[in-house]
Amino acid sequence: MIYQNAAEMAKALASKEISSVELTQAHLDRIDSVDSDVKAFLHVDKEGALAQAAAVDADRAAGKNLSAIAGVPLALKDVLAQRGVPTTAGSKILQGWKPPYDSTVVSKLKDSGVVILGKTNMDEFAMGSSTENSGYGPTFNPWDLTRTPGGSSGGSAAAVSSFEAPLAIGSDTGGSIRQPAALTGIVGVRPTYGAVSRYGLIAYSSSLDQAGPFGRTVLDTALLHEVIAGHDVKDATSINAKMPDVVSAAKNGDVKGLKIGVIKQLQGEGYQAGVLSRFNESLDTLASLGAEIVEVDCPSFDYALAAYYLIAPSECSSNLARFDAMRYGLRTGDSDGASAEAVMAATRDAGFGREVKRRIILGTYALSSGYYDAYYGSAQKIRTLIIQDYAKAFGLADVLVSPTAPTTAYKIGEKVDDPMAMYLGDVATIPVNLAGICGMSLPAGLADEDNLPVGFQIMAPAMQDQRLYQVGAALEAALTSKWGGALITKAPALAGGAR
Amino acid sequence: MALTYDEVIARYDPVLGLEVHVELNTESKMFCSCSTIFGAEPNTQTCPVCLALPGALPVVNEKAIESTIKIGLALNCSIAPYSRFARKNYFYPDMPKNFQISQYDEPICFDGYVDVEIDTDEGPKQFRIEVERVHMEEDTGKSLHVGGATGRIHGADYSLLDYNRAGIPLVEIVTKIVPGTGKYAPEVAKAYVAELRDILRGLKVSDVKMEQGSLRCDANVSLMPKGSDVLGTRSETKNVNSLRSVERAIRGEMLRHSEILETGGKVKQETRHFQEDTGLTRSGRSKEQAEDYRYFPDPDLVPVTPPATWIEELRATLPERPSLRRKRIKEEWNVPDKEMAAMINADVLDIVEATVLLGADPTKARTWWLGEISRIANDTSVAIADLAITPAHVAELINLVASGELTDKLARQVVEGVIGGEGTPSEVVAKRGIKVVNDDGALMAAIEKVCAEQAETAEKVRSGHLPAAGALIGAVMKETKGQADAAKVRELLLKHLGQ
Repeated sequence: MIYQNAAEMAKALASKEISSVELTQAHLDRIDSVDSDVKAFLHVDKEGALAQAAAVDADRAAGKNLSAIAGVPLALKDVLAQRGVPTTAGSKILQGWKPPYDSTVVSKLKDSGVVILGKTNMDEFAMGSSTENSGYGPTFNPWDLTRTPGGSSGGSAAAVSSFEAPLAIGSDTGGSIRQPAALTGIVGVRPTYGAVSRYGLIAYSSSLDQAGPFGRTVLDTALLHEVIAGHDVKDATSINAKMPDVVSAAKNGDVKGLKIGVIKQLQGEGYQAGVLSRFNESLDTLASLGAEIVEVDCPSFDYALAAYYLIAPSECSSNLARFDAMRYGLRTGDSDGASAEAVMAATRDAGFGREVKRRIILGTYALSSGYYDAYYGSAQKIRTLIIQDYAKAFGLADVLVSPTAPTTAYKIGEKVDDPMAMYLGDVATIPVNLAGICGMSLPAGLADEDNLPVGFQIMAPAMQDQRLYQVGAALEAALTSKWGGALITKAPALAGGAR
Repeated sequence: MALTYDEVIARYDPVLGLEVHVELNTESKMFCSCSTIFGAEPNTQTCPVCLALPGALPVVNEKAIESTIKIGLALNCSIAPYSRFARKNYFYPDMPKNFQISQYDEPICFDGYVDVEIDTDEGPKQFRIEVERVHMEEDTGKSLHVGGATGRIHGADYSLLDYNRAGIPLVEIVTKIVPGTGKYAPEVAKAYVAELRDILRGLKVSDVKMEQGSLRCDANVSLMPKGSDVLGTRSETKNVNSLRSVERAIRGEMLRHSEILETGGKVKQETRHFQEDTGLTRSGRSKEQAEDYRYFPDPDLVPVTPPATWIEELRATLPERPSLRRKRIKEEWNVPDKEMAAMINADVLDIVEATVLLGADPTKARTWWLGEISRIANDTSVAIADLAITPAHVAELINLVASGELTDKLARQVVEGVIGGEGTPSEVVAKRGIKVVNDDGALMAAIEKVCAEQAETAEKVRSGHLPAAGALIGAVMKETKGQADAAKVRELLLKHLGQ
C-alpha cells in the first residue's frame, strides 16, 4: 500500500479499508528497510507517529469530522520545530535540541491528523542544493544512490521518491523544494511568500524562505498544500486573505485557452540537452492540449543569482547570530574561565559547517557600512527589477515555465568543492523567491543521456497558486498517459525494498 | 589646571545632545505576548520569541505603536506614514537574538521640539529643545555578574542572565544638538528631562520612574571654544538615573572636558558611566572606532503605516501640555512665581490639582502639600506620592478647618495621624479625640476668674480630684448667668486644668 498516492491512501482510510496505524507501520517498515541506503531521515519518531495514527483511527471510529488526508503519513524537513522532537536544521550546532513548541506548519499538520513519521535530512540551515552540506552526512538519490537528491530539502524529496512517505514538507529559499523534486522525479511546490506561516521554520533568509509540500502527484501535493496554507497571527509577513483553492484546481487540470510564457533567459546555454528536450516536449504537450505558447523576456533574471547570493547571506548572517551557546544547542570551549565571547566563538566555529560559515562571512561583509549600498542595496534594486519583469511577463501569459534545474541529479561530491557550479544549479528557481511568487516542479520525463528525472517548472503570480495546479494537473495527466504510468514507477528498485 | 565653572563658561560654549529611553507601560512585550510586569522571578516572563528560540518570529505590539505615536505628537513631531524596523547587529549574551530590533533611518516620529523654561539671572527664560527623532525598539535582558570586585563582566566568576526584560518596548527620544544654553546647560538639560517626564506621565504611556530605569537618560556633552563654530568631541554619559544627576553629570563633564582641553589634551569620544556617589563619570567602552551594527530592514516585520485618520484620532486624545497646564494653573490659582517653582520642584502639582478638584481652596491645598506634608516626607525620606495621605484626605482636612472643627495647629496632628495610617481625617479626629477648644472669650474669662477665686479647689482638680470640679462648674454657671452649656463648661474647665 505504500506505493499508492496519498489521495488513494486517504480514500482507503476513509472507507476503513486500512487503519492509519497499519499505514504508518508500513511506512516505518519501509524506512527500516531502505533508509540505511537513502538516508532521508535524521530522526524517525516511531512512537510519536504510531500514537498520532492511533489517535486518528480513534477519531475516525468515533465518527469525527476529519480532514481529507487525516491518517496519511508525512516526512517533515528538519527545519521545522516540532515540540519534543529533535530539530537540528541539519546542523551540529543544534544537535539534541528539542523545541518546546510546535511550528505553525506542524500545528496545522497535527490538527489535520497528518501523521509525522520523522525529520528529514537537509543542507545545514537549508544552505545548499545537494543535501551534502548536512552536518550529518548526505542523502542519496533513490534513482541512483551515487547521486544527490538535490537540496536543500533532499531528505524530504528522497523520502517521497523512495516510498518512505507519500507526502513531505520542505522549505524553498532559492529552489530548495522544486530542485530536489525535479531531481527525484516527484512534485514539489513553493507556495506564494506569506501563504504558509514561517513561525517555527528555522530561518535561513527570512524574506525568501517558504515551506511547501512534496507529493508524488499534483493532487497529493495540493491536498497537503491546502492543509498548511493560511493566515497566522504569529508571522507578521503572513498574508491575511482567502487562500486559492488548489485542490479544485488540481482536480480540474485544463490549459485550454491559457497563455503559457516561456522565459527566454531560462533556457539554452548551460542547460543539459536531455533537460531541454524533455522541457520542449512538455511545451508541445501543453500546446496540443490547447494552450498558447508565447516567449517572454525577463532581462533582469541574468542578475538574479548574484542578487540572491547577497540577500540570502546578508539575512542569514543576522538570523544565525542567535546560535551563541547561551540558551540552547551546542556549547564548547566553556572551561578555565573562558569569556562568554570566547565560548560563542568556539561554539560557532565547531558547530557551523563550511558553507554556513561562508555565507555568514559573505553576508556580514555585504551589510558592512561602506559596502551596504554597493551590495545589499544593489541586490534589493535587482529584486525590484525582477518583480517588474514578472509583472510584465504575467501581463502576457497566465503562467510562466522553464526547466526546474539546468541538469539532472549529479554525483555526490561532484560539485561540493565548487560553490559557483553548485550555485548555478539554482539559476531557474531563484527568481520566484526574489519576487515572492509561487512555483511548482513536476516530472517531465527522463533525460536521454542518463535516464534521470527532469523537472518542469511552472510559475504563477502571488496568490494565484491554483494556476500551478491547474496547469500541472493537465500536463501530468497527458504525460502519464503517454508514459503508461507515473514517472516514479520507472525508478529502479532499492535493495532493501520490493521495488 | 582646573577651571572653575564660571571660567569654563567664559571660555567655552557647551553643546548638549540628549537621548532618553522610555520603557512603555504596555501589558505585553514589543514583539510577543509575554508580561512586562517589573520584578518577577528571573526568566519567568519569557517565550520562544523573546528567548530567540530557533524559528520564532516577532510580531509588533500595536499598543506600543500607538503609545509611540502619542509621544511623537506630544513632542510636536511629524509622524511618518511609512517607517520600518531594522536590525542592529551585535553580539551580547543578554541580547537573545544577538541583534536588537530598532528603527534606523526610518523612525516613526521626527522633527519635533520641546520648550522648557528655567530661571536665569534675567528672569524666566524659554529654551527650545529640538527633537530629531522618536523611535521604537526592544530592551535587552539583564546580566548579573557574580564574583569579582566590581560587579562588571571583567573579573566575574560567572554571569547569570535574566531575559524577563528582553523585548520590553522602549521608545528612544533623541534631540538634535542643543547649542546656546551657555552656563545654563545643566539646568536646561534637567528641565528638558523633567518636561519629558511630565509629558510622558500625562500621556500615561510609561511609569517614568528614573530610579527603576523606566526612564533613562544618556547625556552627550561637548565644549566648543568661544568664537569657534567647530563642534568639540563629545562624551556620552549613561546611567544618569535622576533629574539631579542629569544636572550634575553635565556640569561634571563640562568641567572634565575643559580640564583636558586646557592642558592641550583631546577629549576621547567614548561612553562614560555616571556614578551617583561621587557625581563623576568613569570611562566605559571607547567609541573611537565606531561599531558597525550592520543595520538592515528587519525582513520578519512589515512596514509601520499608520493611517492619517488614526493619527488624528490619537492627536485628539492628547492631554494638556504640561507647560501650558502650569501656565493655566498659575493664573487660575494666582500662584506667585516662587511658590509655583516650589510646587514644580517638589513635584506636587498633580496632587495639589487633584485636591483642588475635590473642592479645596488652591492656596490652602498648596500650603498643606508644600508645607507640613512635604516636611514629613523629607523627614522620613518617603516620596510624597508614597505617603498614606491622599488629595481626598487633604480636601477633607481643609473642610474641617474651614468649618471650625479643627484649628491649623490641631490639623497638623491630624495630618500626622493620617500619614501614620490611622485613617481618614475624621477617623483620626474621632480616634484621637481631637476637638477645637471653644475659645469663646466670655466663657474662658469666667473659668479663669472662678479658678483664680477658688485657687485651692482648682488645684485639687488639677491634681486629679475630679469631683471637686463640680463646685467650680457651678460657680462658672453662676458667673455666666446660666447661659453656658454645662457640659461644655465642664470640658473646658477640665482641659484648662490639664485634665
